Amino acid sequence: MEESKKIATREGYGAALVELGAEHPDLVVFDADLAAATKTSMFRKAYPDRHFDCGIAEADMMGAAAGAAAMGMTPFVSSFAMFAAGRAFEQVRNSIGYPHLNVKIGATHGGLSVGEDGASHQCCEDFALMRTIPGMVVLCPSDEVEARAAVRAAYAHQGPVYLRFGRLPVPVIHQEGFPFEIGKGEVLMDGTDVAILATGLMTAEALEAGRRLRARGISPRVINLCTIKPLDEELVLSAARACGKVVTCEEHSVIGGLGEAVCALLSERCPTPVRRIGVNDQFGCSGPGGELLKKFGLSADHVEEVVLDFLNQ
Amino acid sequence: MTADQKNQLLRAACRVRMGVIEATHAAKSGHPGGSLSAADLFTYLYFRELNVDPNNPRWPDRDRFVLSKGHTAPGLYAALALRGFFPEEELKTLRQIGSRLQGHPNMDTTPGVDMSTGSLGQGISAAAGMALMAKYQKKSLRVYALLGDGEIQEGQPWEAFMFAHHYKLDNLCAVIDNNHLQIDGRVDQVMSPYPIPEKLRAFGWETVEIDGHDFDQMEAAFDQARRTKGAPCAIVASTVKGKGVSFMEDQASWHGKAPNDQEYETAMAELRARLAQLEGR
Repeated sequence: MEESKKIATREGYGAALVELGAEHPDLVVFDADLAAATKTSMFRKAYPDRHFDCGIAEADMMGAAAGAAAMGMTPFVSSFAMFAAGRAFEQVRNSIGYPHLNVKIGATHGGLSVGEDGASHQCCEDFALMRTIPGMVVLCPSDEVEARAAVRAAYAHQGPVYLRFGRLPVPVIHQEGFPFEIGKGEVLMDGTDVAILATGLMTAEALEAGRRLRARGISPRVINLCTIKPLDEELVLSAARACGKVVTCEEHSVIGGLGEAVCALLSERCPTPVRRIGVNDQFGCSGPGGELLKKFGLSADHVEEVVLDFLNQ
Repeated sequence: MTADQKNQLLRAACRVRMGVIEATHAAKSGHPGGSLSAADLFTYLYFRELNVDPNNPRWPDRDRFVLSKGHTAPGLYAALALRGFFPEEELKTLRQIGSRLQGHPNMDTTPGVDMSTGSLGQGISAAAGMALMAKYQKKSLRVYALLGDGEIQEGQPWEAFMFAHHYKLDNLCAVIDNNHLQIDGRVDQVMSPYPIPEKLRAFGWETVEIDGHDFDQMEAAFDQARRTKGAPCAIVASTVKGKGVSFMEDQASWHGKAPNDQEYETAMAELRARLAQLEGR
């Protein structure tokens, strides 16, 4: 796999919106004064009459998108994850989730890798918040290619979808045209000693850790879980059964995200020791995104370290 | 409006009020006060203003109605039932397990409900989004929203008011049911939203002030709203909470309390007498 190219998943979001816009006249986009950052500006440039700026008013934007969906349109709404999932949580729950309206929430700038803006803008709670809404699909693509595939799948899916994209350029680990399906994870590296389940930008880190572990004679199974909800239960269960040890990796609080979703599944269906790698119940801070990830243990180095410690138990 | 048409509206409004009492009494909970203050507005909307078809509730070109003050669902349900969207008998299932009539409006279950609401401040945003899309789709349909005076203490309606003016949504009409009371007491004592028309005008809205129990004034106001071009229109309707049931009128305590058996009998006797009077019996 070619990893030299780095590009942010938000770029894939913008590009996919433009592609889909050409195919689907019912697709409209709402943004809250962040079009340049969320990359919906690409769609705005291509289809100015279908892009609606709501100003700095995320709560109203979610409601307007709900109304648009009720009129038969397919709205994508965008802001930073902090404001889309955080500030507007209750609007998403009550105006979009409860009526099962066909709104796609394209949230960018998720996680610590937002970087210099600091903790106020580093949303590490969005998976937790969005997972609790019945019927909400939660996606977090690992690279630009997967981001485009996820946006297409979100459009094709009938019902609300939350997509988390990142600001930081990250390695491209997928081939163009790879099969993508909501609810299906993918085994990137097969193995039987430990299962490493990752989502978002942690997938590339997990894959790198997997290579290093292999070089040490360990056999890790690395799985990419773009879909956090609904979780690919069979894939997770089979990995747990085959490996007996599971490590989860996410750029999100260890509370309420992928790690807890996996723990909940395994504790009920296949009790298995788990280590969760994520943000450990703390706020982030300002700094370059890439360096912050290292500081908070969201790196291949740390994944490798955790796995070695886990296997030595 | 002819005298006969007005009499028909008055009779319909009386039956809507009876539906509110029937439903909340059967449910042993619910919100009669604000349902009754808006009963005349619900009646006018569903019997004179809205272009809707009870036999085809999801007709794409229908006018939309969003009950932003969703807790007054009993009033909406009573009007919908009377208009033929579902059997009036069903009103007695309000708030029961398995009922289509949820405590707050649910567009998934109830024929005629265009938006799920209940969390205050959210419906008006959805209504504005509908109006924007109707324009984008080049549909001539109109969108109506009913808000409470207490509801506009929330911030979100003001975001929506800004949005509706910005996008020149002259196909949107917001009605404010200014019944002066909310759970904790008089609106101006809890947290004054006044002056409402001046604030809306500052947000770029056309505004009309009416007596929300006067059908002639409603006719003039909704006509004016339809004639307004380039801006959304708000109708600020001064009403009496609990209107039509003497012991409920202007009492904050009837915001969210159901009548007991005795209160039910008293209320229904009053409304039956009023209906008989209107029917010339």
